[in-house]
Amino acid sequence: MSLIAVVDYGMGNLHSVAKALEKVAPDARVQVTSDAQTLAQAERVVLPGVGAIRDCVGQMYASGLVPAIKQAMVEKPFLGICVGMQALFDFSEENQGVECLKVLPGRVNFFGDPLLDAQGQRCKVPHMGWNQVQQTQNHPIWAQIADLSRFYFVHSYYVKAATATDVIGQVQYADITCDAVVARDNLVAVQFHPEKSAQAGLQLLANFTQWRP
Amino acid sequence: MGLAKRIIPCLDVDQGRVVKGVNFVDIRDAGDPVEVAKGYNAQGADEITFLDITASHQERDTTLHMVEDIASQVFIPLTVGGGIRTCEDIRRLLNAGADKVSINTAAVFNPEFVREAAQRFGNQCIVVAIDCKSVHQAGETPRWEIFTHGGRKPTGLDAIEWARKMVDYGAGEILLTSMDRDGTKNGFDLGVTRAISDAVSVPVIASGGVGNLQHLADGVLQGGADAVLAASIFHFGEYSIAEAKTFMAAQGIEMRLEAE
Repeated sequence: MSLIAVVDYGMGNLHSVAKALEKVAPDARVQVTSDAQTLAQAERVVLPGVGAIRDCVGQMYASGLVPAIKQAMVEKPFLGICVGMQALFDFSEENQGVECLKVLPGRVNFFGDPLLDAQGQRCKVPHMGWNQVQQTQNHPIWAQIADLSRFYFVHSYYVKAATATDVIGQVQYADITCDAVVARDNLVAVQFHPEKSAQAGLQLLANFTQWRP
Repeated sequence: MGLAKRIIPCLDVDQGRVVKGVNFVDIRDAGDPVEVAKGYNAQGADEITFLDITASHQERDTTLHMVEDIASQVFIPLTVGGGIRTCEDIRRLLNAGADKVSINTAAVFNPEFVREAAQRFGNQCIVVAIDCKSVHQAGETPRWEIFTHGGRKPTGLDAIEWARKMVDYGAGEILLTSMDRDGTKNGFDLGVTRAISDAVSVPVIASGGVGNLQHLADGVLQGGADAVLAASIFHFGEYSIAEAKTFMAAQGIEMRLEAE
């Protein structure tokens, strides 16, 4: 039985991610784990994340899991979600500036306050709710998902990847284009919450569980 | 294209059961929260809010089991409010599968609790509920005040100032209920909805008074709300969520129209 590990580094609600994976991959074993050995044995690894990035990255280092997480990223299908995506980049502006894992080149920027659109209308921060994701490159993670499908977002900081070829999906908010989905080799990461994005989100998770990069 | 305005059905929960009934659910026990949540998800609800009205603290574990059951089967955001007083209450709800918690009275009596909760769990999961009433006379500058205890106790707190303060303390969203309108079916109090939506940087959910679909649209178009919450018009099958979305989209409001 294939094992999907959901990395538990002491932050937030992992229940939803695990339950959604169980739903889309009934034949797999889904395990929420903080054990490096389990990450090494897993066929696939999911890195979720909620809350502030300093706490997230800090907890990842404090848990001692960073080497195992980085190893998993180069060896097997790996999915980062929300702050679990942001943590992959070089640096985030959140919490007066936080150095991240530097797996992918790029920055995590604040939306701004006040955030205005092209017409000068104020847009609320966090960017919270269902927004349309444009599929900017083909990728197996998009299988059976219509372009511009809506996913559920909750974030005040957004990714700007430095390498254009890493970006496979984008979302517009106010007059900012955010890199919403990035992928490189066996790594894919999403800013939205697929586990809270109804059918489109479940399809994306199903695609991940079947992905053979 | 862009961010959609949200429709949020709200359900009262007592000891892990949905009370007051929901007519559209074709099951013998309409109190099953999983079936009710599935029904709203299938209609295209953007989130679901549960208001826990359980009187006793000891019986709240039943609510946690309810949240676990729903979160295992319904994959849209869940907010739980009612009786949340401590970070431990929040931790247990989030671990059970809630995505956000709504803090009401506890914030009024201890605003620092909002700050503590936001720092510990992140602003994105802390909703502050504001229950207010209009307190101005005809001809005066509009003013709204926070009330507690089901609208019986005035607090002397100005609703707009309070909303700003709660956002400063870390609220990620404001759930605004007009107690003048709640249950009247006369529509939202658009004045206070607009005033608070303009005053704060975070999303505002309008609540209290929805009687028809135009009221929902007005909450967004005139009130400036980012989301609209309603109970009875959806529970008793007067309107489906899909009908409400189609209606609002026809008035030019960005909506998520694809259902499940």
